[in-house]
Amino acid sequence: MSETKNITVHLKVWRQKRNEKKGRFESYTVKDVSTDSSFLEMLDLLNEDLTKSGKEPLEFDSDCREGICGTCGLVINGVAHGPQQAIATCQLHMRKFKDGETLTIEPFRAKPFTPIKDLIVDRSAFDRIISKGGYVSTNAGSPQDANAILIPKKNSDLAMDAASCIGCGACVAACPNASASLFTSAKISQYALLPQGQPEATRRASQMVDQMDLEGFGNCSNHGECEAVCPKQITIANIARMRREFFKAALRS
Amino acid sequence: MALTSSMLFSSVGKKLLNAVSGLTLLGFILAHLIGNLTLLTGNSDAFNAYGHFLIHKTGVLLYVFEYGLIVFFLLHIITAVSVWWDQQVARPTSYKKTASGGDTSKKTLSSTTMIYTGALILVFAIMHLITFKYGPAEAQGYTTIVDGVEMRDLYRLSIEVFLKPGYLIWYIIANALLGLHIRHGFWSAFQSLGLNHPRCTPILYKLGIVVALIMGFGFVVIPAYIYFKGGVL
Repeated sequence: MSETKNITVHLKVWRQKRNEKKGRFESYTVKDVSTDSSFLEMLDLLNEDLTKSGKEPLEFDSDCREGICGTCGLVINGVAHGPQQAIATCQLHMRKFKDGETLTIEPFRAKPFTPIKDLIVDRSAFDRIISKGGYVSTNAGSPQDANAILIPKKNSDLAMDAASCIGCGACVAACPNASASLFTSAKISQYALLPQGQPEATRRASQMVDQMDLEGFGNCSNHGECEAVCPKQITIANIARMRREFFKAALRS
Repeated sequence: MALTSSMLFSSVGKKLLNAVSGLTLLGFILAHLIGNLTLLTGNSDAFNAYGHFLIHKTGVLLYVFEYGLIVFFLLHIITAVSVWWDQQVARPTSYKKTASGGDTSKKTLSSTTMIYTGALILVFAIMHLITFKYGPAEAQGYTTIVDGVEMRDLYRLSIEVFLKPGYLIWYIIANALLGLHIRHGFWSAFQSLGLNHPRCTPILYKLGIVVALIMGFGFVVIPAYIYFKGGVL
């Protein structure tokens, strides 16, 4: 990595007031940004400037700022979570950008992700998909012997990979069709691969896909953009698994 | 088993139907290409006998295939338009700037233009039927005798058509679009069927490019050969 230096960036940011139908882009310049600061810290600097000059600060989502909660999410220069792979927006650093560069910052755009304010969108559609079967509802009882249920290493690894989805919504944002297939498939896959998920497998696959469609997400056309922007590198192999689970559910029901 | 229509027309079901119909149509054009290679033998009887066999010797099978093709064509078109329409609705505000995430993304010119290449292939298919299937036949004097049997001289028609440079250019464009369509369509169909495997999928992805090149160039080789040989094969 190059040495720390301070850079100036020009921003074109989406601003949209609460309950406002249409938003617009506004331009700002943030000076003296350390290349060691994170992208969100750069936006914090912008908000300090805006506050000092009596303007309304920019609203954007963030929580843990260490890439594990899935709260943050911006489309930076046309790519969800910005130009670096396998990270959430909060883990993106300003050293990825050049001095004097213009950055276009937009919210995650999809019909089911209704705008709340500025760069914040409502992602509760994901919660409603989960509520249709993204869980195991059997009574687990008291703890069993650790190896009472044998699970092949490969399956437990794949299930863990799927379970690493943090539900940020970057897959929807990046998808040319605004499909939520990667998210839904990860939530289906993490149970489909484990014996504990089997009793409810049929209901889970069909109901979660139904809810995904009902929310108004697009269809998956296998562009694979979701996989490329996913901070947890969830693969589209999960989407194929979701389809298999759905077909199985269709044949069993 | 209760494969309901709502399941078939869910986001997953639509892609299943689109994939099955797409692969079927690919099978058809592959057979069509192989059959048409008889044109290149330079033996007019071989091509005419092949055409005669298809029309007069296959009996009811011909109708099964013809109507089957129409059904698969319609299924492919309806599901594709539906997927495209959902995509328009699902993102009411478009991005000011879009870029690819790179890395493992499979978004290509091919994948983002499927609806347009598909629409142009449909236009081509209709014009192609008008030129050949509903083109000049026995009534217009396009007859020949092969092994004592009088049949339509489809060979003469093919040569006449492809000696016109306009047709050659149109066929080059249309088949380039067909190749572009197959480049994404081939591997994508398997993914839509739920067939993804760490070893097989990368092979299928590459095979899609090979199939696209074969189909794209294969159908151009025939008219180009006829044109540049001046119709004397």
